[in-house]
Amino acid sequence: MSIDLINEARRQTEICNACRYCEGFCSVFPALTRNKMFTDGDITHLANLCHNCRGCYYSCQYTAPHEFDLNFPAALAEVRQDSWERHAWPQPLARRFHESGVAIASMLIVGFVVLFGMLQTFRPASGEGFYAYLAHGAMVSLFLPAFLLPLLSVIIGLRSYWQEIGGTRIRWNHIKGAGLAAARLKNLDGGQGQGCNFEHEDRYSNTRRWLHQAVMYGFLLCFAATSAGTVMHYVFDMPAPYGLFSLPKLLGVPGGILLTIGCVGLAWLKTKADPSLGAARVWGGEMAFIALLGGTGATGLALYAATGTALVPVLLAVHLGFVLVFFLLLPFTKMIHGFFRFVTLIVEEQKRRA
Amino acid sequence: MNFDVLKGPWDIVVVGGGNAALCAAITSAEEGARVLILESAPKTYRGGNSRHTRNFRCMHEGPLSVLTDSYGEDEYFDDLMLVTKGKTDEPLARLAIRSSEECLPWMEAHGVRFQPSLSGTLSLSRTNAFFLGGGKALVNAYYNTAEDLGVTVVYDAEVTHVHIEGDRFTHLVAQIGGKTHTIEGKAAVLASGGFQSNLEWLTRAWGPAAANFLIRGTPYNKGAVLRDMLDQGCESVGDPTQCHAVAIDGRAPKFDGGIVTRLDCVPFSIVVNCDAERFYDEGEDVWPKRYAIWGRLVAAQPDQVGYAIIDSKSIDLFMPSVFPPNRADTIEELGAQLGLDGAKLASTVSEFNAACRTGRFHPTELDGLATEGLAQPKTNWARPIDTPPYYGYQLRPGVTFTYLGLKVSETAQVYTASGPLSNVWAAGEIMAGSILGQGYLAGFGMTIGTVFGRIAGREAAAYVN
Repeated sequence: MSIDLINEARRQTEICNACRYCEGFCSVFPALTRNKMFTDGDITHLANLCHNCRGCYYSCQYTAPHEFDLNFPAALAEVRQDSWERHAWPQPLARRFHESGVAIASMLIVGFVVLFGMLQTFRPASGEGFYAYLAHGAMVSLFLPAFLLPLLSVIIGLRSYWQEIGGTRIRWNHIKGAGLAAARLKNLDGGQGQGCNFEHEDRYSNTRRWLHQAVMYGFLLCFAATSAGTVMHYVFDMPAPYGLFSLPKLLGVPGGILLTIGCVGLAWLKTKADPSLGAARVWGGEMAFIALLGGTGATGLALYAATGTALVPVLLAVHLGFVLVFFLLLPFTKMIHGFFRFVTLIVEEQKRRA
Repeated sequence: MNFDVLKGPWDIVVVGGGNAALCAAITSAEEGARVLILESAPKTYRGGNSRHTRNFRCMHEGPLSVLTDSYGEDEYFDDLMLVTKGKTDEPLARLAIRSSEECLPWMEAHGVRFQPSLSGTLSLSRTNAFFLGGGKALVNAYYNTAEDLGVTVVYDAEVTHVHIEGDRFTHLVAQIGGKTHTIEGKAAVLASGGFQSNLEWLTRAWGPAAANFLIRGTPYNKGAVLRDMLDQGCESVGDPTQCHAVAIDGRAPKFDGGIVTRLDCVPFSIVVNCDAERFYDEGEDVWPKRYAIWGRLVAAQPDQVGYAIIDSKSIDLFMPSVFPPNRADTIEELGAQLGLDGAKLASTVSEFNAACRTGRFHPTELDGLATEGLAQPKTNWARPIDTPPYYGYQLRPGVTFTYLGLKVSETAQVYTASGPLSNVWAAGEIMAGSILGQGYLAGFGMTIGTVFGRIAGREAAAYVN
């Protein structure tokens, strides 16, 4: 645990607690009024409750050059980032990929190479659709571990995080409250629906919230499409490819479009925002992650658009390369924030109701 | 910067960049006037004391926006009379109060967002509307609105002279970017605050003790325009020797400490001076009276310093403080930490403890739990200070604003001995002494600034159009 980061966030939290002007912006401020003294776990909890809307920064009387030198969004972002890297397992990979866009890009190249290699080596004698290029067995033997191992890693990380921030027994109400907040991205709405102060300095805008919604729902639709395909394959013996009016496509096409548009938009907004109000160290890694996520959606759409053409084998390798790397890096990229945030929202419901 | 912008031509030059200035600029820009704002602070510190404020006291006949119930003109005026002890211009005060009701929707329409009362200030949910994000968020909203209306803002622009010929303003002189500039306009709105951050002036008014005062607000309210106008024969109101001071944390910054430097522990404490002696009834009253008097009380003590002493029974009864208190297991040790004679402090505490009676302690109301037989009684919340650890806070006077200001008419025109100036208006703290001659009423400064800012903007625009 970085004592310096936690102590700096604690210093700022205590000043915020003596002021409380920002109480109406998001869940962080009502949460901090519960305490007078803040344990390290409290600070980690607040940090993961913060969605970096920056409303508090632009409203703050005490930002530099004031001697109190408050930059609450950045202080919490640093602690939050540190918590993701600290709880990640296996530990050595975490910091590298969070910080480095180059590492993520390199990993992506490795993913392509592996898949092209497999395309060459495991091209089956027969098979339809994608399986004409990569045997189903080969696909499963690669992607099943690439999916399950990261999930195991996420679960291990969340367990230690849960203990650190003082999670208690989960009840339905906690999940419902957290789900509603996540579904509406309530902590990015500025408290009154005016949005955040991300890309136009102190002016409010909902652009980031809407784009983030596009990414979140786009991703969930894509995930649902993949799940639907899996169920159709194994339960109903209906292997790919699927037509446009099938569940995987009806979910996957809009999902891919939302995901791609959302990621392009978020990357663009990130260039507008002041990097010093976030965890500046991971700016590059976050950009690379947005590219990876958006690339997953865009290559999926491209692959579908290329159906029946000679581009399929190349696009298949590229798309599966993106998917493979996305899953392998899931515990070590910004993607982890979704899991941490949701768990934090659950714990916040518990603390609020306690 | 590009100084060509200063050449105008300007219809209205607004001096100052806080709430009143912005209300005036927005109002006159909406009437089609070409408006220039000259703000003496850099952009990051723009907004004067408004950026430290957080609420607006508002009359309302029924529930209005975040305000509950009703708060009528007479009740509002009575509240004002209680704090000013009659030192107010009644017609101007009633004008400010009556106009406040239409101000709130106007503020919302110009980007200000309100939220229900903050935790710890629930008693104000009926009378005061709180800004989401506080005063700086309000100031940001107004600057954005002004910018959208085409108002030009120049920061780091310190106006040193408003040139008056006869009954007319012709131009003003400002220091911008290290150069002296002359700026012409058809009318001027003066909204440049009081003089509380002019330590030399404060020392003239208060004597050498003022050197030990802390200034809670902006360091940019130096009163240069106020001084200049008074020197040119403008009439003044308010008491030049008075300023509003509250007791704040003695470790607060010299300037700009704002809200977090407040200390709410006094009613639950005993307060001693540097000789470890009590000097006033700490249990006299709850907010706001207690809050308003302790600055003055501490200012009258040697070295302008006081020490609030509490025990662990009371440490969670008030809002968190920005600096942690001194803490010790014995009173002697606490006294030593605070730089006091520990034995003397212990004897003051034990004398106080011996005078405490048993009874019902109620932290949120006058509970009548008073000491018996002390020359300096504590009339409420008097509980023995006997449960370690013990805590101590240093107190110093924190100046919030000054009362001396320009005399204005009901149309915010600035007066000279021979009548009003024809094209100069004033709004905000520079004229607030007309209405608030003494004491303070939470959120009333913003009321005066908003009401008279809008009047000044409207009148100035009507004059130039």
